Amino acid sequence: MLFLIVQRLFDHVIMNRIKQALQKDKQGKKLLSIYFTAGYPQLDDTKKIIQDLEKSGVDFIEIGLPFSDPLADGPTIQESSTRALKNGMTTNLLFEQLKDIRESVNIPLIMMGYFNPMLQYGVEKFCKKCRETGIDGLIIPDLPVDVYNEQYKSIFEKYGLINVFLITPQTSDERIRFIDSVSNGFIYMVSSASVTGSTKGFGEETKAYFKRIAAMELVNPQIIGFGISDQKTFQDATKFASGAIIGSAFVKHLTVNGSGGTSSFVNSIRPLTGF
Amino acid sequence: MSNTMTYQANEKGYYGDFGGAYIPEMLYPNVEELRSQYLDIMKEESFQKEFNYLLREYVGRPTPLYLAERFSQKYQTKIYLKREDLCHTGAHKVNNTVGQILMAKRLGKNRIIAETGAGQHGVATATVCALMGIECIVYMGEVDIERQAPNVARMKMLGATVVPAKSGSRTLKDATNEAIRDWINNPVNTHYIIGSVVGPHPYPDMVARFQAVISEEIKVQLKEKEGRENPDHVVACVGGGSNAAGAYFHFLDNPDVGIIAVEAAGKGIYTGESAATSALGKEGIIHGSKTLLMQTEDGQITEPYSISAGLDYPGVGPMHANLFRTGRGEFISITDDAAMKAGMELAKLEGIIPAIETSHALAIFEDRKFKEDDIVVVNLSGRGDKDLSTYIEYFNL
Repeated sequence: MLFLIVQRLFDHVIMNRIKQALQKDKQGKKLLSIYFTAGYPQLDDTKKIIQDLEKSGVDFIEIGLPFSDPLADGPTIQESSTRALKNGMTTNLLFEQLKDIRESVNIPLIMMGYFNPMLQYGVEKFCKKCRETGIDGLIIPDLPVDVYNEQYKSIFEKYGLINVFLITPQTSDERIRFIDSVSNGFIYMVSSASVTGSTKGFGEETKAYFKRIAAMELVNPQIIGFGISDQKTFQDATKFASGAIIGSAFVKHLTVNGSGGTSSFVNSIRPLTGF
Repeated sequence: MSNTMTYQANEKGYYGDFGGAYIPEMLYPNVEELRSQYLDIMKEESFQKEFNYLLREYVGRPTPLYLAERFSQKYQTKIYLKREDLCHTGAHKVNNTVGQILMAKRLGKNRIIAETGAGQHGVATATVCALMGIECIVYMGEVDIERQAPNVARMKMLGATVVPAKSGSRTLKDATNEAIRDWINNPVNTHYIIGSVVGPHPYPDMVARFQAVISEEIKVQLKEKEGRENPDHVVACVGGGSNAAGAYFHFLDNPDVGIIAVEAAGKGIYTGESAATSALGKEGIIHGSKTLLMQTEDGQITEPYSISAGLDYPGVGPMHANLFRTGRGEFISITDDAAMKAGMELAKLEGIIPAIETSHALAIFEDRKFKEDDIVVVNLSGRGDKDLSTYIEYFNL
């Protein structure tokens, strides 16, 4: 019994890393989440990138578990995944690299990956390992909300993990409400009908979609991803949501600069004094 | 075990443990639009009428069920060949593309995308798009484009745009990834014609139903020839498994009919150069479906190998994964060498040059013996014209 109470308290602390960060929006700060692929550009860059991102004032970090066939991603993230796998990244190795990450960083960490590697690792074992490592949440694009709700929700909850779902401009209001009801952190709002890495900027249609979702007054805050690549797109997106996610643009930055220069990239998106 | 045991998909698209729709949210509206309508559309009288008309007048159905006498004599059993090789475009693939183009029209789509490995499905898709005057984009691995030049030329003649898939291993699975990405980027006006019984529900079931015309005809033709509808065994090669799904369809739930699935062992099952998914695959998710697939311990999808480009898919349709797991299907793997030999043998004995995919199915008779009075139907899924350069190289013709 006492163990259960302690565990609940522990869960509470863990969940609060994501939820606490989301509170900043209420204080007028727009959240910035950065994605990178673990094992890229160099196999052992994972820890340094995470530490540098935290120092640069980023609010969330999404750690990409590389997959051979990332079908929701564009060429930039796919190439980084292919490279990371060639470098030798595996699920076990990633957990090994992150094993004492909580000694040095306090930032919310979200693992983003495709379902098959997690299935092979064992879903429960994977969730347990995430919790031991100090991972706060997961984004699994090809685990649909329906399947999660029926088969895996209890496992994720047992280990205090927040699972983040995506919505798109084509998602019906009814389904958005359903996703909102299953969610327990934030909703990942895909900016447009596209895979990751598009840099077209936001047109009127996209803005109308942002407004439509904002007007739904969902329980969970929304963070916009896909197509955010610079200060302009970050500012445009966060007018309508709690924050925004940058993936491909940061991976490109890593391609050019290696794991150095993270703070200058983050500053170019959201100058430290700006918000 | 209850009497309602079925090897067909249930309404959620599961065949036993396999199937379902493991898709990113970006694909949900497209797939859901199709899922919620495909059965109703297929049942419409006008749809059936148009589908059957095109199969008859355009594809050239019914295809003969031919008693291969000399081949039968050699293997001491009664072997019928279901001549899908005589379909327009040279293989069974067109049954599905005719069905799906009519589906796309009814869903109001004006742009078609498809993936292709060897190019057969790409050609079959480009063909029906030309027929209907609909824009067609075919994704094909860069490596496959190089080794399948004649089919690339065919697709171009038919007005399709062939887009090279440059990601990953640049073969069929990557072409499929690219097609899925295209669909994510074009969710409203585009229909994705998947070429096999793979992908998220409802594709495996829908494609199987379009290919089911094969076993439907077998029943009628066998009744005429033998006085009975059911053969003792149905044999088909399995890559993704669409010709097999069509050949088995009406026999799936009849335990008196043996189902034999033939996979490509490549250079040998355990050589690292194989496509024998049932032997080498583990349960996992590929292209939106839970099925058996070849992967590393870490869940990374691996690249299969077979001399036949149509069989080197790292997964297998969920129907077949279930046939394997339940033991309903007998799975046999055939090496490159055995397949090539069987292809040559059919040419010499029957005057039919089969596709190398089909040659795998024909090769089982060397070791798998049947009773003399057994009736064995082999689905002759495609003709060998497309494989001539491989035959030439292999046999120094």
